[in-house]
Amino acid sequence: MPDTLTKFIFGRLTLDALPLHEPIVVATFAAVALGGIALLGVITYFKLWGYLWREWFTSVDHKKIGIMYMVLGLVMLLRGFSDAIMMRLQQAIAFNGSEGYLNSHHYDQIFTAHGVIMIFFVAMPFVTGLMNFVVPLQIGARDVSFPFLNNFSFWMTVGGAILVMASLFVGEFARTGWLAYPPLSGIGYSPDVGVDYYIWALQVAGVGTTLSGINLICTIIKMRAPGMTMMRMPVFTWTSLCTNVLIVASFPVLTAVLSLLALDRYVGTNFFTNDFGGNPMMYVNLIWIWGHPEVYILILPLFGVFSEVTSTFSGKRLFGYTSMVYATVVITILSYLVWLHHFFTMGSGASVNSFFGITTMIISIPTGAKIFNWLFTMYRGRIRFELPMMWTMAFMLTFVVGGMTGVLLAVPPADFVLHNSLFLIAHFHNVIIGGVLFGLFAGIAYWWPKAFGFKLDPFWGKVSFWCWVVGFWFAFMPLYILGLMGVTRRMRVFDDPSLQIWFVIAAFGAVLIAFGIAAFLIQIFVSIRKREALTDPTGDPWDGRTLEWSTSSPPPAYNFAFTPVVRDNDAWWDMKKAGYIRPLSGFKPIHMPSNTGTGVILAAFSVALGFGLIWYIWWLAALSFVCLIATAIGHTFNYHRDFHIPAAEVTQTEAARTTLLAAQG
Amino acid sequence: MKRFGALLLFPLAGLLSGCDLVVLAPAGDVAAQQRDLLVVSTLLMLVIIVPVMALTVFFAWRYRQSNASATYAPDWDHSTKLELVIWAAPLLIIICLGALTWLGTHLLDPYRRIDRIEPGQPVTQLHKPLRVEVVALDWKWLFIYPDYGIASVNELAAPVNQPIDFRITSSAVMNSFYIPALAGQIYAMPAMETKLHAVINRPGTYSGFSANYSGAGFSGMRFAFHGLSDQAFEQWVAQARTASAALSRESYLELEKPSENEPVRHYASVDPDLYGAILNLCVERSKMCMNEMMSIDAKGGLGLAGVRNTLPLQYDKLARRGAVFGNDPFYVASICTAEEAAAAARAASNATPTDWPARNLSPLRGAGLLRPGTESRRAEADTPSLGLLRREL
Repeated sequence: MPDTLTKFIFGRLTLDALPLHEPIVVATFAAVALGGIALLGVITYFKLWGYLWREWFTSVDHKKIGIMYMVLGLVMLLRGFSDAIMMRLQQAIAFNGSEGYLNSHHYDQIFTAHGVIMIFFVAMPFVTGLMNFVVPLQIGARDVSFPFLNNFSFWMTVGGAILVMASLFVGEFARTGWLAYPPLSGIGYSPDVGVDYYIWALQVAGVGTTLSGINLICTIIKMRAPGMTMMRMPVFTWTSLCTNVLIVASFPVLTAVLSLLALDRYVGTNFFTNDFGGNPMMYVNLIWIWGHPEVYILILPLFGVFSEVTSTFSGKRLFGYTSMVYATVVITILSYLVWLHHFFTMGSGASVNSFFGITTMIISIPTGAKIFNWLFTMYRGRIRFELPMMWTMAFMLTFVVGGMTGVLLAVPPADFVLHNSLFLIAHFHNVIIGGVLFGLFAGIAYWWPKAFGFKLDPFWGKVSFWCWVVGFWFAFMPLYILGLMGVTRRMRVFDDPSLQIWFVIAAFGAVLIAFGIAAFLIQIFVSIRKREALTDPTGDPWDGRTLEWSTSSPPPAYNFAFTPVVRDNDAWWDMKKAGYIRPLSGFKPIHMPSNTGTGVILAAFSVALGFGLIWYIWWLAALSFVCLIATAIGHTFNYHRDFHIPAAEVTQTEAARTTLLAAQG
Repeated sequence: MKRFGALLLFPLAGLLSGCDLVVLAPAGDVAAQQRDLLVVSTLLMLVIIVPVMALTVFFAWRYRQSNASATYAPDWDHSTKLELVIWAAPLLIIICLGALTWLGTHLLDPYRRIDRIEPGQPVTQLHKPLRVEVVALDWKWLFIYPDYGIASVNELAAPVNQPIDFRITSSAVMNSFYIPALAGQIYAMPAMETKLHAVINRPGTYSGFSANYSGAGFSGMRFAFHGLSDQAFEQWVAQARTASAALSRESYLELEKPSENEPVRHYASVDPDLYGAILNLCVERSKMCMNEMMSIDAKGGLGLAGVRNTLPLQYDKLARRGAVFGNDPFYVASICTAEEAAAAARAASNATPTDWPARNLSPLRGAGLLRPGTESRRAEADTPSLGLLRREL
């Protein structure tokens, strides 16, 4: 029976799953395939596979993992942004009876993928990458608490990203919106593989995120340099701590709710179905109990970045450090008490709605205090408007507008008229682009010289900055207006021609942002080409204040030859003022973790497991699950976990830096 | 630079004047109050936002590195007075806004009957509310007027200055019922009912739509809302009554099937039980109604046998496919009251088979019990529908 055999081997995967009938997808596939082959060819030609495997893929060095996270975020940003610009184009032309160029099958996947990718595979890797790179350096540690777990977490995130990308070319992605509300996402209304791709991509990536959260909490709690009490931690470390607490406390909820949805879809349970006592609203509650803390997971570390940048470039201690810390902690706690504001319109009573509306508004108090703290850090400072500071200024002027519209949406009766409208879309892009993305660009420009030893090219950075900022206002202010005209989100065609001009303006803004992204890539390329001219041999290009600036750029594998001793909030600033002298001798062997390929292998089996489950290829799912467990157990017998960097090597590395510093005079 | 900025504003103002900001200029009193709250909240927040933005720009300019004349205090990082101000100022604003929110949310609770037609004109006994039952279908809207026994698809009409009571549900997936000119939105969810109370003050034609993505035909899920004078509304009703179609359970099941961009349609009569059946997921007569199931459960339920004693929903938009490892479809045999059983027994003894309400009297069938004459549960599952079974009996 060949038919049964085919079904056994391939599950529901058939040739029809390849979207050959969608010319846009085929063209994209051709471009991606050619680009991919070219990239693989280059790597093979220059014989880089061994280098990449040994030095990067299997690395447990937090700095390299951090950089790999950033690369992942950047690659996925290009994908997520292509989705965005396709949506903008569709909405700009689908008027006067025109269907646009996307059918609903394709368009509905695009807006779902855009949301999922931007949150889970752009913002999350960027934020995690930044924390991974910076936090151990800021607290004077040599690595994170669990270096192998770090590598494993990264590859699980990559695994999730691979599944999402696979859905573009094999089968399809969910057509449900980025949170996949049932009953629409149930098996009865979405019987195809889209929602299964969604579930398993997020589950695989979710493992990585949760584990990396645990890892960073332990690191911050246990591995701070002597003298660095909690109230002497740099603000970025504080915000990272709060973010990781949020991750650990909220991602399990996501895992659970997606598991329940998977049970509904796979074994016919009725958690979220219409009938048999299922309750779709329970899903909505649960997913937002994760979803609301998630937005603070994204923004808090960037609040930390802005604090570091403002204080460094104003040449001044951060104003109100203590109130900054308490504001962060208050936001962390309150972010759990506001989830219902995402569905005021689902018929909760007035008292419930008021409660969640008011708790939401209360969050704006500590956030407002933070804004004031940055403001008074600038007050009586000596502000240097270099790229990171420019992004911070753009943030302060943009974010307050987004914050204001956010509080507006927290007033339930106002939300009744604005919920799900383009006003809402404008609001959250206003805070996510104006807060998270601007913060990431500030952070990248700020710590790039630490990671690579040379600054980013300021000219292309400014081009990128202006394109992004102006593009943002052009792309999203029209959406505020459209929201007030009663235009709802996720529309594919429109019948009111008076709306078109606003969508055209928004599309123009999106094009400007595209230039901004291009300029950013050019900036990286140009900076690498001009790295000799942009070099920073001191390790402290901005006259920094925190410990990461005390070591060389890029830092050695062991970060610090001697663990620093901390006496003040701005530890490095204090050391500089106190006339700190670098120790030049007396180095000891340094205990370091060994690289391992287990993370890559485990993630690869997870992807195979996910793929098997998505396509009902049961043998593949079972096999990869067994292999996954076996590999995990096998790894516990790996006794080559650590090694010592010999004292001679440390002496040599440090001597090289001494020569370099001496050459500077 | 500033002059250029002002110049840039002119075309913007021109654009704005050309468009219909319906949320800011609605035609219904509820939406108008919501608009007021929106505007007041915005102004309240601008009290703090504007100074912050101005200070940001001012400090950035004043304390730029090249301005050597500005004070530089690198170690100044604390001021209790200032900290009090920066926590108190937002706190005060939020206290005002919170009070406003509490009041506004309770006054504008969509479940609450409206108490005024427009400012200064309270609702009196003369204002008999118009009841409308709203069903979001894939992908069109069904409006049932229980007081008039008529129904319409993708067209809603109401007399001006008369309270409207909406009862809202959905057939399959979540939608949101929204007429920006009339009142804020509320979700339409299957097997659940939400309510909305509103009034339209100005005659006119407004647009309504679903504000929550619900699948492929979502963009076309729009309808016209006519605010009519009393006379015009009576005419509209009379016209609807001349329509040839009647909305029975059977024709509803036809209508319910997914379709996109449906034209306006009227029904001269409506099965009076239809809305309740839609809400309780039992339009197909073979299904146990949710409220029935819940009342059985409230009395202790049917035990283990009852777990299987139900028929899954078959709103067959995509040819129902069960979960891979899920149960086969299974059937309700019979749930009946003692009176019904007696009536059915009488009917059976009279040997005059009727289609309804005679019920199948075979024993309650649990998971382990097979209907007599069937080889396996799977064979039974292949039977297309219970209607057929009943005829066999």
